[in-house]
Amino acid sequence: MPPARGHPYREGMLELHDVTKRYGERLALDAVSFSVGDGRLTGFVGGNGAGKTTTMRIVLGVLASDGGTVTLDGEPVTATDRRRFGYMPEERGLYPKMRVLEQTVYLARLHGWSTEAATRNAVELLERLGLGERQGDTIESLSLGNQQRAQIAAALVHRPEVLVLDEPFSGLDPMAVETVQAVLADVAATGVPVLFSSHQLDIVERLCDDLVIIANGRIAASGTRDELRTAHGSERWELLTSGDLGWLRERPGIEVADFDGGWAVFEADSDASRQSVLAEAVSRGEVVSFSREHTTLAQIFKEVVR
Amino acid sequence: MSGANRPTAPSFVDSVSLIAGREITMRLRSKAFLISTGVLMLAVLASVVLGSLFGGQSEPTKVAVVGTAADAVADSDALEAVPVDDEAAGEQLLRDGEVDAIVVPEPGAHQGQTVDPLGITVIGLDQTPTGVVQALSVHPSVELLDPAAVDPGLAYLVAFGFGIVFFMSALTFGTTIAQSVVEEKQTRVVEILLSTVSARALLTGKVIGNSVLAFGQILAIAVLAILGLMLTGQKVLLGGLGGSVTWFVVFFAIGFVMLAALFAATAAMVSRSEDIGSVTTPVTMLVMIPYFLVVFFFDDPTVLGIMSYVPFSAPVGMPVRIFLGHAEWWEPIVSLVILVATTALAVAIGERIYRNSLLKTGARVPLAEALRG
Repeated sequence: MPPARGHPYREGMLELHDVTKRYGERLALDAVSFSVGDGRLTGFVGGNGAGKTTTMRIVLGVLASDGGTVTLDGEPVTATDRRRFGYMPEERGLYPKMRVLEQTVYLARLHGWSTEAATRNAVELLERLGLGERQGDTIESLSLGNQQRAQIAAALVHRPEVLVLDEPFSGLDPMAVETVQAVLADVAATGVPVLFSSHQLDIVERLCDDLVIIANGRIAASGTRDELRTAHGSERWELLTSGDLGWLRERPGIEVADFDGGWAVFEADSDASRQSVLAEAVSRGEVVSFSREHTTLAQIFKEVVR
Repeated sequence: MSGANRPTAPSFVDSVSLIAGREITMRLRSKAFLISTGVLMLAVLASVVLGSLFGGQSEPTKVAVVGTAADAVADSDALEAVPVDDEAAGEQLLRDGEVDAIVVPEPGAHQGQTVDPLGITVIGLDQTPTGVVQALSVHPSVELLDPAAVDPGLAYLVAFGFGIVFFMSALTFGTTIAQSVVEEKQTRVVEILLSTVSARALLTGKVIGNSVLAFGQILAIAVLAILGLMLTGQKVLLGGLGGSVTWFVVFFAIGFVMLAALFAATAAMVSRSEDIGSVTTPVTMLVMIPYFLVVFFFDDPTVLGIMSYVPFSAPVGMPVRIFLGHAEWWEPIVSLVILVATTALAVAIGERIYRNSLLKTGARVPLAEALRG
């Protein structure tokens, strides 16, 4: 298998190579290529209809692609490999009349686990997700948030080797988000590639090692969080002083982007002019803080999908 | 969560038995299923018991007999003689309702001056006791030039019986399969299932699970009916039915799989349980038409002959013909081969439709699209 464009081949990872999908005339995925490293939490972000769900369905084999390949450890993914994938579809759903534990055990057994081992996994996981008390309740009797936790248990109970989650955090309260985050981080720590999509960019930013941004069926950007921040992040600096920063506007090589009394955000044309600003502020004896402006994922996202 | 002890993927058979097991467990837990089965059982039991109460196979009619009249009554199976000393004692019993009639020797019998050829007189209460008279009458010999092999009434009953068992269980469990397919689609659980097992395993598991339930229910009904007949002392009319029942079971087993696959496939094309009825109508028709044809044409050898080869009506038509003695020995085998081939085709097409429609939620999937994929 030749390396995909821009994605050097690495052992033990999930890779997509030029995956294409058409719905009639519409090109839903246009040569989508990216990789999910083993043990890496990879966030998959994009607007509505950008192609996230289609991509995930193709990875899981529930949808056939019109071109391109999905490989695991360099080999094309087979139906047998996919049995060892964990999946949480965008369209949530479990059997409403089955009990939580029973359902989780059933799914693990479909993956080949014995009843005893499946039960052990399921009980442990449900406890961890805070559903220990609700094991004997039917799915339909749970609140939406708890149904969501049960759904996550369903994706994890067979201890998958690859994990693909479509919007795992939607509908969860902040406490549940914490719990699920911790569980996912643990799974990734065992060497499992984890790909998850989310609209909650702050969570993605906090949790992810790597990022893949998709827009209109094309990969707009991908890489580690820091790489993306370097590539698309701001060159702006933030200065906070106890005095007035009116003098800043007169400095050569400085362009003030935002200003409010003792606070300003500015761009400098060189390191030297930036340093001279700091020196000037220090000499005036009024510096509270001086830092590179923090670029949020939301800002990067808006920039790359534009 | 170490990956060292992950199990290998289960075999097709393992997956199918897990899925079938779930179908059965969930159905047995459903109140609606248990109640409807219970009602069906009660109906069968009630019809058996009521049949014994109103049926003609009751105790022999009791008649009071006086003196030598006992000889005349003793020859009849339908009558039970209650000896009494004289006519007056008999009259007492008759008025009390203990007996239906009194049989007395004709007054002049012992003198050889009889008017009545039998030498007895039957005394009733307020109207002629026809049953008793009938039992004591002398009949001329009867000879039929072209006797019917099977009583037409019994033939109708058998045709009706096969028809209704096939009709009821195919519809009940066909609808159950359809609902189970749509439930998985409607609740979206199908996407998780498909990422784990193949559509073929899912479909096979459903069909087998529901077939087991259908057979179980029919078996329970049959056992209950025969038990009821035996306990209420009715003669079981099963003599001569054995061969056709065996063929019926074989045909039913295969025909049911065919219908189940078609029910599952058509149901997979819709996403809401409200739409099951309309989308499965063509399959329902395939179940209903043979039923009505058998009931209306059980005495027409041509119609029955054609029906016993058409796969959808063969499970009813062929056993009826075997029962009537119309079928040559090779005919059920040929018909069975046709049925098996059609079932294989139906399962192949059904699986295709099923696989192609499962993830298409929303509007009903057009048949052409479901077939093409």
